[in-house]
Amino acid sequence: MGVIGEAIQWLTDPVNWAGDGGIPHRMLEHMEISGLTVLAAALIAIPAGLAIGHSGRGRFLVVSLSNVGRAIPSFAILALALPITIKLGLGLGFWPTFFALFALAVPPILTNTYVGVAEVDRDLVEAARGMGMADGQILRRLELRLAAPVIMVGLRTAAVEVVATATLAALVAWGGLGRFIIDGFAVRDDARILGGAILVAVLAIATELVLGGVERLARPRTVSVRA
Amino acid sequence: MILAQADEPLVEPEWVMRNLDRIGERLVEHAYLTVLAVGIGLAICIPLGILAYRHRRIYPPVTWLAGFLYTIPSLALFAFLTAYTGLTTLTAEIGLVSYTLLILIRNVVAGLDSVPLDTKESARAMGYTDRQLLLKVELPLALPVILAGVRVATVTTIGLVTVTSLIGKGGLGFFILQGMRRFFNTPIVVGAVLSVLLAVSADLALLGLQKAATPWARNRARTA
Amino acid sequence: MIRLVDVVKRFAGSQSLAVDHLSLEVEEGETAVLVGPSGCGKTTTMKMINRLEEPTSGSIFVDGRDVTAQDPVTLRRGIGYVIQTIGLLPHRTIAQNIATVPELLGWDEIRISDRVKELAGMLELKSELLSRYPSELSGGQRQRVGVARALAADPPVMLMDEPFGAVDPIVRGRLQDQFLEIQDRLRKTIVFVTHDIDEAIKMADRIAILNVGGVLEQYDTPKEILRNPANDFVKEFLGSERGLKRLALVQVGEIEVEEGPVVSPDDPPQRATEAMQRFGTDWVSVVADGELLGWVDEQGLAGKATVGEAAPRKFSAYVTAASSLREALDSLITSTTQVAAVVWEGQRYRGVLTAERISKEITS
Repeated sequence: MGVIGEAIQWLTDPVNWAGDGGIPHRMLEHMEISGLTVLAAALIAIPAGLAIGHSGRGRFLVVSLSNVGRAIPSFAILALALPITIKLGLGLGFWPTFFALFALAVPPILTNTYVGVAEVDRDLVEAARGMGMADGQILRRLELRLAAPVIMVGLRTAAVEVVATATLAALVAWGGLGRFIIDGFAVRDDARILGGAILVAVLAIATELVLGGVERLARPRTVSVRA
Repeated sequence: MILAQADEPLVEPEWVMRNLDRIGERLVEHAYLTVLAVGIGLAICIPLGILAYRHRRIYPPVTWLAGFLYTIPSLALFAFLTAYTGLTTLTAEIGLVSYTLLILIRNVVAGLDSVPLDTKESARAMGYTDRQLLLKVELPLALPVILAGVRVATVTTIGLVTVTSLIGKGGLGFFILQGMRRFFNTPIVVGAVLSVLLAVSADLALLGLQKAATPWARNRARTA
Repeated sequence: MIRLVDVVKRFAGSQSLAVDHLSLEVEEGETAVLVGPSGCGKTTTMKMINRLEEPTSGSIFVDGRDVTAQDPVTLRRGIGYVIQTIGLLPHRTIAQNIATVPELLGWDEIRISDRVKELAGMLELKSELLSRYPSELSGGQRQRVGVARALAADPPVMLMDEPFGAVDPIVRGRLQDQFLEIQDRLRKTIVFVTHDIDEAIKMADRIAILNVGGVLEQYDTPKEILRNPANDFVKEFLGSERGLKRLALVQVGEIEVEEGPVVSPDDPPQRATEAMQRFGTDWVSVVADGELLGWVDEQGLAGKATVGEAAPRKFSAYVTAASSLREALDSLITSTTQVAAVVWEGQRYRGVLTAERISKEITS
């Protein structure tokens, strides 16, 4: 287990915890951009998904988007963001990373929001309308609450994918935990590669678990949801 | 240099023409890595799935392990493996196969679960042995769900193969990486577009296979 | 042909017995119907015969051989099996479904395809259905395929669990009639499970009435059970209208029919009046050369020279030899004469049936 031992040594070496290139900084960078892009994607995708799910129009768009989104490798999205941001004069580093991760996060959130709302039992909506609830109220009080767990799943999927792809962003001159892996490859430093890999894995699993827990809390207790 | 790239077209046709055979090679490599990974994934998950279907107790730990592997970001997994198996096809394949396990095992078990109970009961009552029941009834009826899983696994794997460019393989991802490193748009676009085309055509081909394998699902019941 | 000796079934984790020391014998060619409330173990009992369930203790013999001593797969290939939901293989055509057991037994192709066609004819399945898939057929058609499939390898024994349950009453009645016809020809040994006492009465040579826990309350022919229910449980299970159910089992042709008051069209009205007095009725049947023309009453005869001049009215209630007494009773209750005319072949007069005569059948 020589390599693992080296990796542990690297992980516990205080030198690697200091400064801009240190573990905490990179971890923070990684978490920040992941959070930022998922939030931005949610701000666009959730309202859009709610509107489409509630009214039923634009369904085709959502379905096509999710199919296309599934087919495009995240690596390719990251790579394609580069020439676009350069053309726009935004350069390397943050912007291509942001655009790529944003593009990655939107489809799962949009699809899940749409499906979550569309799957709400039509009878419930009709009953609510019959009771005199206005459209906006129905949306907020009924559909949103019932769709919440499914939306959470979408957010979780998006977050995990974003965290994973952010690892690759070191290739477009950005930071994050992927830096250790990419740089490690460049200088054949196995300990760094492995250390970085372990950190990334831990972060991804932690994201999955934390958001999974939040998702369970978001599940309404009394009403059954066809999700 | 950056300013120069700002005026660059997205695709330079001459580069494409010049590199046609290399593009072809990488396309083949991409397809090969994908087919190998999904094939091995199925070879593992079908027997494992049958076992989990018969002995429910092993299903949760198996899905837990597969899920754990699935959550680890691909670069991290590949990077981790290189420490042990180097920059080889084996490394790429171990990683790629790991990512297919979750979806395949779930779909194998779900497919077998979807076989109606009375179909199984009457098949047994007619005198099918356990092996005949599995091969002639359960697996054929589970096929649509299993193939649906194969479709998703294939598309996902095609995407992940691009990441293996970082460990020396990559298929079409090779061009994406090359383009990124040299600030050259054309290979990026060619690599990305071709991966997408590959993924879409694989998806459609498998969808066709799924439809062809289930002729009985085509027509609805007519009420007399 | 089928013998259950002291069969017990206890399910794991259960305190009570699903089947409690059941002994039963089914003769060759006989249809035994197991009937009872839910929890009486009728389906469990049936399933033990082909070892889909294993008996906890006791023995079951089919054709003299202990079922537990045989390889279950071979055993099942020799027993036809039909369940309510049929369980057709959705991924195989109707022809392939019917051919299932013959294929397992290794019949050659020609023999199989001949047999499939034969069965399709027997069960009145149109040949174009043979290449379709189960999802394309109606419920009634699927049920018939289920029976055809069970008969395919010509097994001597058939197990049927509510085979006609999943269709509407009209279709069910037709399927039952069709099956009775086939059984008449083939004379298989059948164990039939149902919760419907009327179906049991219709289909059975002998009925086994089971109580909760597989307790056998009575095992006899339908007529006997209806005539002499063994205890209150059986009485209740048979339901009300037991008398009417018994009447359904007797055909008009089986009993002696009274001739009743008969005159010919040439007779003078006095003859009619005499007949009416003799038989104590206020009407007479008018018969010419053995053919029934109708009936007339005093009112109709008033002022006529011969009976024939008073236009005889048709009887509203007719029965033939094949009608059941219950049908006869139903039709005569609604007729003006309170009498059913019994005829053979068209209008060949045989006699009349009154409610009194009918009830004598049950009370004797």
